[in-house]
Amino acid sequence: MSSRETLYGSIRASLGVTGGEPARRAAVAERLKAHPRGVIPARGQLAPRECVTLFAKMVEAANGSAELLANAADVPTAVAALLRRHNLPMQIRRGNDARLATLPWDNARTLEVSTGASDGGQLASISHAFAGVAETGTLIMTSGPDNPTTLNFLPDTHIIVVDAKDIAGDYETVWQRLREKFGTDALPRNINMITGPSRSADIAQILILGAHGPRRLHVLVVGQP
Amino acid sequence: MAFAEHLTSPAFKENAKGALADPQLQSALHGVETGVVDRRRATVEKLPEFQALRDSARDIKNHTLAHLDLYLEQFEQKCTAAGGNVHYAVTAEEARALVLDICRKANAKLVTKGKSMVGEEIAINDFLEQNGIAPIETDLGEYLVQIRHELPSHIIMPAIHLTKEQIEADFRRVHTHLPADRNLEEHQTLLTEARTVLRERFLAADVGITGANFLVAETGTSIIVTNEGNGDLTQTLPRVHIVLASIEKVVPTLEDMSQLLRVLARSATAQEMSVYTTLSTGPRRPGDPDGPNEYHVIILDNGRTAMLGGQFREMLRCIRCGACMNHCPVYAAVGGHTYGWVYPGPMGAVLTPSIVGIENAGHLPNASTFCGRCEEVCPVKIPLPKLMRYWREREFEKNLQPATIRNGLAFWAWFAQRPRLYRIATSLAMFGMGLAGKFFGRFRWLPLAGSWTRHRDFPAPHVQTFQAQWKRGVRTR
Repeated sequence: MSSRETLYGSIRASLGVTGGEPARRAAVAERLKAHPRGVIPARGQLAPRECVTLFAKMVEAANGSAELLANAADVPTAVAALLRRHNLPMQIRRGNDARLATLPWDNARTLEVSTGASDGGQLASISHAFAGVAETGTLIMTSGPDNPTTLNFLPDTHIIVVDAKDIAGDYETVWQRLREKFGTDALPRNINMITGPSRSADIAQILILGAHGPRRLHVLVVGQP
Repeated sequence: MAFAEHLTSPAFKENAKGALADPQLQSALHGVETGVVDRRRATVEKLPEFQALRDSARDIKNHTLAHLDLYLEQFEQKCTAAGGNVHYAVTAEEARALVLDICRKANAKLVTKGKSMVGEEIAINDFLEQNGIAPIETDLGEYLVQIRHELPSHIIMPAIHLTKEQIEADFRRVHTHLPADRNLEEHQTLLTEARTVLRERFLAADVGITGANFLVAETGTSIIVTNEGNGDLTQTLPRVHIVLASIEKVVPTLEDMSQLLRVLARSATAQEMSVYTTLSTGPRRPGDPDGPNEYHVIILDNGRTAMLGGQFREMLRCIRCGACMNHCPVYAAVGGHTYGWVYPGPMGAVLTPSIVGIENAGHLPNASTFCGRCEEVCPVKIPLPKLMRYWREREFEKNLQPATIRNGLAFWAWFAQRPRLYRIATSLAMFGMGLAGKFFGRFRWLPLAGSWTRHRDFPAPHVQTFQAQWKRGVRTR
């Protein structure tokens, strides 16, 4: 007997079932189809404008920083200002996301923009989020050529752009949007939920930012909700 | 069994004596009871729905366990459809062999590891090393215990038993390629050194092994939760990603995962949300600029299907947050290594005997005051004291305790079943102790209780027993 058969056999013996019971199968099919939301904290159930305010507040509570921009066209100068403020080289790496590719990068004349995944040699990167979640200040990133996963983790400074209209009150609203866009047969290879910059408290319980991932996370919230 | 070389649970009492007399350990443990507990309470109080979420989390786990075969089948089907490979292992040996086989086929020399308790459980590092493959732990705490050849002493803070000075000494001992006169005084410089050393390994590794906090059946997805970003780099950079997961990690849907995430970080580290929660579905897609070419999920039993059918099923709800050990007075006094295996504290006192046998781990369910704080804070409401009591009963039935305990319990049973004798004897004892303790209100020493009074005073009792006071109509404290 294969390990697979042994394992399923043991589970079924312990549960006292055969696996063929129609009622059990129906219960599982129903839950997968209905995917009930459970208890949703009232905290994030706000009007769109308050949602954005809460989102920015929670990003900062998680040691990130957030900036509201009226227009996407303001992103390049905001990026340049951030790099200058922290005395960083005027270089940034991005993926192929059309929302980033079409920005007026020439407005930030000294800024050098490269594209592609990170090989660990870049100090700063910029990605576009699929969504934000106000409840905890969490950004939802999807992998692919548009926004390579390595840009989320290898550079020291990570800048994330999120459209104000994509900020939801809770995770569940975002999962529903994901299903609508990708279906449940092929979620993006990686979905990264990011809440603040990397950290560790493994050395004598003292919290320090920048363990293996970015030590600085800056969020640019663009447009109107 | 292969893990026997690391198992010191039978020596719990000797371990505890050593731990209590170790000033460095005691200083390192000091922060657990104060810092972590207070921070968790503050975070929980910020979320009015927390208690309702605990009920929801418990119900999700119960529902999944009752339909475990069907949800695992669903996970397998979806994961395979996304290009992943699902493997099953009944024992730790089988799981190790599967990992080695995948590593050999990938011609792997260097393996990076995200934190995985299942990895510890199957002692995968030793096994890979014996087979010529170098495993490197990348979670900072796991890296620290790896370079010291120790087991983690806590399931989410593996190096909580170490002081900064010990860590500095270890870095000087192991990182010999760096200048000997470098300054490592600050926490920050220690972290930066670890980051630099491990960054090279991340980029050079052939295979990345992570655990899984959850498997989502709906989408065939594995989920890891980290704060450092190490697990995420472990599974993104190498050519092959192996996920080690035990059967009870599966949950039905993304919504169910979200309910559990809401209680996990708050219970574990007092965060509203961990920094990185990463959902992985299959390997690199056409056009992807990064990610592994192969994605394997190994689903392990190792004693769990037996728990599913017996008194310990509720333990399979555990989401490995560590809140029970953070709130345990015994853990805070003796630390994680005293428990003698991978899983310490109250959750370990229930889980370890299920995996290594009660005959090897009988002390663990006895190392509890039954104060009940573990159950009070458990995010999935596992009745840990009740489950520890089940183990004590089995231990008694199997005749495993020493004669003094068995005879003592037998005498107690005889005594407690004779109410008249019980009342007379306890009244006399109360009266005697009450008189003797009247002057100071407490005892510095008592016959037969020397090891108890060595660490604290025994309060002098009321002059009357509870039963006598109740009879007299005393109803207030």
